[in-house]
Amino acid sequence: MALYSETVMDHFRNPRNVGVIEDADGVGEVGNAKCGDIMKIYLKIRDDVIEDVKFETFGCGSAIASSSMATEMIKGRPLSEALALTNQAVAQALDGLPAHKLHCSVLAEEAIKKAVQDYYERQGVDYDKSLFPACDSCDHGCCHSH
Amino acid sequence: MRHIYADNAATTKMSQAAIRAMLPYLDGIYGNPSSLHSAGQAAREALESARAVMARGLGCEPREITFTSGGSEADNQAIRTAAWLGARKGKKHIVSTAFEHHAVLHTLEALEQEGFEVTLLDVHGDGRITAEEVAAAIRPDTCLVTVMYANNEVGTVEPIARIGAVCREKGVLFHTDAVQAAGHLAIDVVRDHIDLLSLSAHKFHGPKGAGVLYARKGIPLRNLICGGAQERGKRAGTENLPAIMGMAAAFEEALADLDQRAACVTALRDRLIDGLGQIPHSLLNGHRTERLPGNVSFCFEGVEGESLLLLLDDKGVEASSGSACTSGSLDPSHVLLALGRPHEIAHGSLRLTLSHENTAEEVDYMIDAVTQVVEYLRGISPVWRDLQSGKQNFVIQ
Repeated sequence: MALYSETVMDHFRNPRNVGVIEDADGVGEVGNAKCGDIMKIYLKIRDDVIEDVKFETFGCGSAIASSSMATEMIKGRPLSEALALTNQAVAQALDGLPAHKLHCSVLAEEAIKKAVQDYYERQGVDYDKSLFPACDSCDHGCCHSH
Repeated sequence: MRHIYADNAATTKMSQAAIRAMLPYLDGIYGNPSSLHSAGQAAREALESARAVMARGLGCEPREITFTSGGSEADNQAIRTAAWLGARKGKKHIVSTAFEHHAVLHTLEALEQEGFEVTLLDVHGDGRITAEEVAAAIRPDTCLVTVMYANNEVGTVEPIARIGAVCREKGVLFHTDAVQAAGHLAIDVVRDHIDLLSLSAHKFHGPKGAGVLYARKGIPLRNLICGGAQERGKRAGTENLPAIMGMAAAFEEALADLDQRAACVTALRDRLIDGLGQIPHSLLNGHRTERLPGNVSFCFEGVEGESLLLLLDDKGVEASSGSACTSGSLDPSHVLLALGRPHEIAHGSLRLTLSHENTAEEVDYMIDAVTQVVEYLRGISPVWRDLQSGKQNFVIQ
């Protein structure tokens, strides 16, 4: 199907980093089943570096591909890099997404941020809250209630 | 790789008879049916023979048949005609159902903007309305009842003859969108008390771009397209003769084999329903027996429809979904919502629509393929994990 790029289809058919980390240091879930997309990211962190990352996604092809690509982009990287990851970067790495699917890459960015935030909260780390979008502020055409 | 086409409600493969019937009109017989010379008159003769075939198939007279570009145009023209006739008498209320095709619903929405009032009947959990519900919704100012013969997504067949009888008794025009039913169910516009009916050739192995609007004699059609005197002046534009010839051939063939095909496709359908029903937390959409011979529609909890379709396509199964994702909208199918399916379930829908060309072996392959894909997608779904762990409750038991 020509709806998606080859890269999207590759990551959809053979998603990287699928699964669960039972003893995760941070977990982030975004989306809403009512909208048809839920993304959950699990992080294992050591010395501020993402040692391992896994995801579970309920959603369309581009949601699964976005999760796969986003996890590849942050695996083994310092937390600061993970926090700097934008949805545009994810979409670009996938060789583009159809306009009405861009929200899938937004979900990936948000899920990672939320997992890192969860890690900071668990660690009791003092962090800059302004780096994290308040949950009621995301407005990208879907009916998210996180 | 395997290739199983199971999206016959979207469109069908053209029959050889339809293709053969079209070829002469793409080649030698290219006249315009409105021309007075011999080439034109040969085309005219063919056009009228096709009209006679369509009329015979519906149980009406040839002059009650107007050729259109397809089902959507016929729906638009039928509804616009009834609304125009009603408005002249001060009647501006229309009764329909919540799960009509968008060709009907969007036309009704446009009429609402123009001051009409529309009552959409609830289709209940199984997608069936009753003639009594229609009767109760009809008011003194009702100018039209429009109810689809059979639903395109969930396949439910409506009690059209009874609804038609109610409308006739109350003196209200009755239109039915028979796009999914024509060529698959025996339709008789007299028996069914139908005043206006829409059908489309490509749903019964004819070509795309041809359809019919039947209008009972005495109902003056309102033009959507103005211009020439084609189709008794009610639909301007040179007739698409090759497609119309293909449509007539396909319709004739479908009706000749109707009972046999319906029995064979129904058996395949039931085999598929039984097989997919074995998947845990799955639910058939639409009435179990009062449904089109080839329609199978399911919801699978914890799975999203587009992923399901893409992975089935990888396995060679071409299917469809009520899923919003493919249409570019984030809202799930209005049909599944009308049946009362919650959003999260409506996203996980799958429609497999069979034809007489499918086989039992293909059905078994599809049961395996869907079972595997659903299991795989549930395995990577956080929703499924929450359902399994009891953190969330199953909607489909």
